[in-house]
Amino acid sequence: MKPLLESEAFVRIAAPVAVGIVLFALWEVGFRLASVPVYLFPKPSDIFASLLHNGPSLLRALLVTLRVTLQAFLAAVILGTLIAFTFVQSRAIEVSLFPYAVLLQVTPVVAIAPLVIILVKNTQLSLTICATLVALFPIISNTTLGLRSVDPGLASYFRMNRASRLKTLIKLRIPGALPYFFGGLRISSGLSLIGAVVAEFVAGTGGRSSGLAYEILDAGFTLDIPRMFAALFLITLTGVALFAAMVALSQLALSNWHESETRAET
Amino acid sequence: MNALLPGEPFDENARQMTASERPPAVEVLSAEKVFSNGTRALSPIDLTITDGEFLTLIGPSGCGKSTLLKLIASLIEPSDGRLLWWRGDFAHVGQEGRRLAFVFQEPTLMPWARVVVNVRLPLELAGMPRDKADPLVKDAIANVGLSAFGRHFPRQLSGGMKMRVSIARALVTNPNLLLMDEPFGALDEFTRNKLDDDLVKLWWERKLTTVFVTHSIYEAVFLSTRIIVMAANPGRIFRTMTIDQPQPRDQKFRDSPKFAAYCRELSTWLAEASLPSTGSVS
Repeated sequence: MKPLLESEAFVRIAAPVAVGIVLFALWEVGFRLASVPVYLFPKPSDIFASLLHNGPSLLRALLVTLRVTLQAFLAAVILGTLIAFTFVQSRAIEVSLFPYAVLLQVTPVVAIAPLVIILVKNTQLSLTICATLVALFPIISNTTLGLRSVDPGLASYFRMNRASRLKTLIKLRIPGALPYFFGGLRISSGLSLIGAVVAEFVAGTGGRSSGLAYEILDAGFTLDIPRMFAALFLITLTGVALFAAMVALSQLALSNWHESETRAET
Repeated sequence: MNALLPGEPFDENARQMTASERPPAVEVLSAEKVFSNGTRALSPIDLTITDGEFLTLIGPSGCGKSTLLKLIASLIEPSDGRLLWWRGDFAHVGQEGRRLAFVFQEPTLMPWARVVVNVRLPLELAGMPRDKADPLVKDAIANVGLSAFGRHFPRQLSGGMKMRVSIARALVTNPNLLLMDEPFGALDEFTRNKLDDDLVKLWWERKLTTVFVTHSIYEAVFLSTRIIVMAANPGRIFRTMTIDQPQPRDQKFRDSPKFAAYCRELSTWLAEASLPSTGSVS
């Protein structure tokens, strides 16, 4: 047993899982002993039962939310990267456009969502636009920062060798920006899910949605609290999975060279 | 402007004789550098770097030795005066027989690229196809003794090894002039001596004109055929020392009494160059 406990990877997974199991057990036992009614606050077993019982409809809702999330994330990555590349082309472009990127970031999506939903007929598309607006900023700011953070020594080396702008971009700026870009991906993946759920809430109050947020709203209307929790559980699970995927991706890309992803060698 | 005093023990005459047989690699013609904030980094300098010599610039901080090296590398422009490379202007540098390579204080390697990719970089930037570049890269890496480490990433290498990669990257273009700005300053003395030994061999085998900036008296004496001692406020050439000793040098030279004598002499000169009384220009 000892070598397994000493393994860093095992502890990293096992420790939080153990904490989770203990918390769930305390929750289950405590709420059972205090006999809290299900419509006030359900026990884990109630939530699990609801998850099984409402499985098909929850799964359908999950797929809808997931689709909006992934579409928005993809759009944010593409748009954000393009905008960042435009920004680093000239100081003038960045200075004149960056405030608007900030404006986009600080305006709450709940405030814009109704407008977007009214303007865009297709619900899927309007939700995707809202979620993209939320997820866009970290990609822009991180990628811009990364593209600017060129090692000055290497930059003068490229200049000395009369490297063209394009070659400097491909061989120096882009690889150097990758750690920042992946940092942006991690934040943005979570935000695109939040954006999707928030937009669904807004659309859901108008009865024009079928995602997990709508499930939560619907469960609230019918006081089906376990189903509410089950939907919430699925949203959380999706967020964690997205984050883990981004971590894995950045590890895959950077583990060879960047400090953030290199493990201590023994 | 040359502050060389007549009758110095290491006078210019010895060098002039050998120099007349060889063409100049770089001529610095009354080049000076005043930075935009008004700092006079270099007062007008006249200096001829002869083909095949190992020239070292040494002096107290602020004496402009790095500035002079950057002028020679054309990394900065002179405020006045001019420089000639192989009797032409900088536009012709980079052609066959007029190649220049610069080794920085830091290894400045791309952390995301393996050793081979780092060494291939200058060839790639010059647009050389892979199949033509690869044997040159292999040779350059073998030349600095890192053949077993081609597939490694920089972070897997020690400081000395990273510097070797940086030198291999400089050598891969088969340069005619090698400029080095305190390349081994951050290394421990043992590693530094080892790299100095290898550098002397490389310089000797390739007849590679080298301009070297250092803070170390021992390194300067061991490596150089000529040492330029510089003084600060404003940066200028203080004195020149020619070291006429058999090549290629090795540990035996370091252990010889002559080596110690040169070091003592150079050390005295450096102390004089650092005196505030030498601050005024005659």
